[in-house]
Amino acid sequence: MFATSVITADAGGAASRLGTMVLGLAVFAAVFVGILLLASLFKGRRGEKIQAAAFVGPTIFFIAIALIYPAILTIRRAFYSGKFFDLNFGTPRTRGKFVGFDNFAALWTTPGLPEVFRNTAFWVILVPLFATGVGLLYAILIDRARGEAVAKALIFLPMAISMVGATLIWKFVYFYNGDPGSSQVGLLNAVITKLGMDPVDFIGNAPGNTFSLIAIMIWIQAGFAMTVLSAAIKAIPDEIIEAAKLDGVKSLQMFRFVTLPSIRPSVIVVLTTIAIGTLKAFDIVQASSGGKFGDSILANEFYNRSFVTQQPGLGAAIAIVIFLLVSPIIVFNVIQLRKDA
Amino acid sequence: MALNSKRKAAAFVGIAAMSLVTAACGSGSDSGDGSDGTAADTKDYSKWCDLKSELTGKSVSIYTSIVTPEDASHKASYKAFEDCTGVTIKYEGDKDFEKNLPQRAQSGNLPDVAFIPQPGLLQTMVDTGKAIPATETVGKEVDQYFGESWRKYGSVDGTLYAAPLGANVKSYVWYSPKAFADKGYKVPTTWDELMTLTAKIAADDPAAKPWCAGFGSGTATGWPGTDWVEDVLLRTAGADTYDQWVAHKIPFNDAKVADALSKVGAILKDAKYTNGGFGAPSTIASTTFQDGGQPILKGKCYMHRQASFYASNWPEGTKVAEDGDVWAFYLPSVDTSTKPVLGGGEFVTTFRDAPEVKAFAAFLASPDWANAKAKATTGGGWVSANKGLDPNNLVSPIDQQSAKILADPAAVFRFDGSDMMPSAVGAGTFWSEMTNWIKGQDDKTTLDNIEKSWPTN
Repeated sequence: MFATSVITADAGGAASRLGTMVLGLAVFAAVFVGILLLASLFKGRRGEKIQAAAFVGPTIFFIAIALIYPAILTIRRAFYSGKFFDLNFGTPRTRGKFVGFDNFAALWTTPGLPEVFRNTAFWVILVPLFATGVGLLYAILIDRARGEAVAKALIFLPMAISMVGATLIWKFVYFYNGDPGSSQVGLLNAVITKLGMDPVDFIGNAPGNTFSLIAIMIWIQAGFAMTVLSAAIKAIPDEIIEAAKLDGVKSLQMFRFVTLPSIRPSVIVVLTTIAIGTLKAFDIVQASSGGKFGDSILANEFYNRSFVTQQPGLGAAIAIVIFLLVSPIIVFNVIQLRKDA
Repeated sequence: MALNSKRKAAAFVGIAAMSLVTAACGSGSDSGDGSDGTAADTKDYSKWCDLKSELTGKSVSIYTSIVTPEDASHKASYKAFEDCTGVTIKYEGDKDFEKNLPQRAQSGNLPDVAFIPQPGLLQTMVDTGKAIPATETVGKEVDQYFGESWRKYGSVDGTLYAAPLGANVKSYVWYSPKAFADKGYKVPTTWDELMTLTAKIAADDPAAKPWCAGFGSGTATGWPGTDWVEDVLLRTAGADTYDQWVAHKIPFNDAKVADALSKVGAILKDAKYTNGGFGAPSTIASTTFQDGGQPILKGKCYMHRQASFYASNWPEGTKVAEDGDVWAFYLPSVDTSTKPVLGGGEFVTTFRDAPEVKAFAAFLASPDWANAKAKATTGGGWVSANKGLDPNNLVSPIDQQSAKILADPAAVFRFDGSDMMPSAVGAGTFWSEMTNWIKGQDDKTTLDNIEKSWPTN
C-alpha cells in the first residue's frame, strides 16, 4: 500500500545508504543489549521492575513512534483540506485549512462513496461467514477420512497465491464477451452458454459484481479457516468424543454439543481475523477493476482518495472510519479471549 | 493456546492501526517552502556544448512515466548532449509516476527532471514549492518553436515552468481504408457527414457495427470517454467555451456540455452503432482501450476514435498507412471552416537549481533534440509539437500526419481537459461518471455528479 517508491538510480549512493543502514542496526543492537545488561545488574523486587521496564520500554517506544504518532497525525489530517499529507508542506495557497467535519460529510455527499459503504458491509458480513462456514464444513467432512492430506492441500493452496494472482485467475474465469454468437473465453460463461443461456457480465455490473469479487476472497480465506479449525477439531480429547458416543449422540448432535463448543475459541479467532482482513482487502478490488464499476470498498477508496485524486483529508477520514469499524471486532475478540483464558 | 491467542490479539491491534499509519506515511518532511523566486534565470544555456568545462562529470536524473520499450529511444536521443557536455543522464521510468511524484516531493526525494504528462500535475508540483521556473533560454525556445498555447500549458500563474517534450493528437478516427474502399465510403469532413456515414454503415452491414470503443484502463477506466466529450465540446461550443469549462468558469454541467454529451451519446449509447465486436453499448465500460479498436481488423467494426498513440496497439505486421490495413482520419468538426485539435503531451519540469539541469532542459526544448528523438524512434509512435522538427525525420506515416496537424496554422490546439482539471475531477469523478454513463446512467445525473465533486478550495 505504500506508494512512495524509494528507488535510487545512483548505485554508489545506494551502497553508502546500505552501509549507513547496517551501521544503524548495529548501534541499535548494541544499545539494546546494553540496556538489558544494565537492567540485569539490579536485583530484588526493584530489580524486577526495572528489568520489566527494560523489556517493555523499547516496545512502547516503537509503538508510540510507529503507530500512535502517525495515528494522531492521520486523525488531525482528517479535519483539514489541502493537497498534501503534510499540513505545512507546499505554498501558502495550497496549505491545508481547518474544515471541521467537512471531510466526514464528504463521505456521504461524494458521488459513489455511499455505495462503497454498502459494498464494504457485504464484504465484512459475507466473507467471514462463508469462509468460516465452508472451512468448518470441509474440516469436519475430511476429518480422519482417507486422503485427508491431499484434500487439505487442495483447499489450502489458494492461500499460497497472492491476492493479485488470485484475482487475475478469477478474471479469466469471469471473462465476458458480449458479442452475440462469438465464443466465450471465460470458463463460467463458456459453461453458461453451452447450457443454452445468455453470457453474464460477472465483474462489470453493480451491485452483482461485488459478489463475484467476494467469492474470490472466500476462495482464498476458506483454506485458512479449514486449517485452523481442523487443528482445533483434532485437539478435542478422544475421551470426550468416546463418552459422547457411549451416550448415543448422533452426528449432528455431536457437532452441535461437542465439537462446536470445544472449538469455539478457534472459530472466533478465525471469524475475527477474516473480518479484519476483509476490511483491509484492497488488492482484489484494485486488481479487478480498480473499483471503477461501482464495486469499490473502503480500503480501495482510502488508497484512491489519498494517492490518485489528491484528497488526503478525505483519505484520512476513510482511514478513521476503517479503524472505527475494526475496533469493535478487536474489542469483541479480546473479551472472548479473556473469557477463555 | 491462551498465550498464542493473546499474541494474536496484539497482532490485530497492530494490523488495524496499519491503515492509519499508511495514511500518514507521506508526511515527515518539513523542509519549508523551497524556492520562492519566480524570476527566470537569465544566463544563456542555448549553447550547452560550450559549457562543457562547467558541466563535465555532473549528472542529471530523470523521472518519467515512459517505460520499456518506449524508453530506449529516449535514452538514445540524449547521447549528443552527453557526448558534448560530459554530463551523465540517469533515467528512471515508473508506471505509477503520477501517483508517486507528489509523494516524492513530500519525502524530499525529487528527481532533477520530471516529464509531467498533465498540466494539472504540473500545477500540483509547482504548489509543492519545489519546481524551478524555466530559464530565459527555455522561454525563448518555447516562444520560437512551440507557440503561445503550449507556453500556457507549461505555465502556472503566468510563470513558465516547463517546456513541452512529446505530443500526441487525440482527434483521430481509426478505420480500415480497404473496408471503406470496398463499400464505397468516403472519409467524412463534417460532423453531419460523419453521422450520415454512421447510419449508412449500420444499415448496410448487419453483421458489424459502425463504431467500437473501450473505456477500460485499470484504475484510469473512463478516460477515453472524457476524450470523446472534450473532442465534441471543442467542436460544438468552440475553443473559448472549452477553456472556460476546463477552468470551471462555467459549470461542468453547463447546457453546452450537456449538448456535447448528448452528441457523444447519440453515437456511443446507440445499440445500432456500438459496440462492434463486443456486444451492447454497455460493454464499452469493461472493454480495455487497447482492445477497443481491434475489431476493425476483423471487419466487425468500422470506426474507432482514439489518439495517435493507438498506432502501437495494432498487432505486429499491421500496416498503418493511408493505403494499408488501418489508417486514421481527422475527427471532423461541425463544418470545414474550423479545425480544432485535441491533444496531449509531456512537460519537462526541473527541481534542482544547477547549470547541468538547466542546460539539459534547454537541450530538450530545442529542435536538435526533437530531430534526434525522431531519428532514434525507429519504430514510430512519437511526435512533437516543436516547429523545428522536420517531419521527414519521422519514420511512420501516422506520426508525419500528426506532426503536420500540430504544425498547421489553421489548427486550434487544445490540451486534454481532464489532464488540466483538479485531480478529484480529472482523475476522479470525470472518469468514474463517464463509466457509469456508458453503463446506462443518464446525461443529467452524470454531469451533475461531476459538478458536485468539483473541489471548493
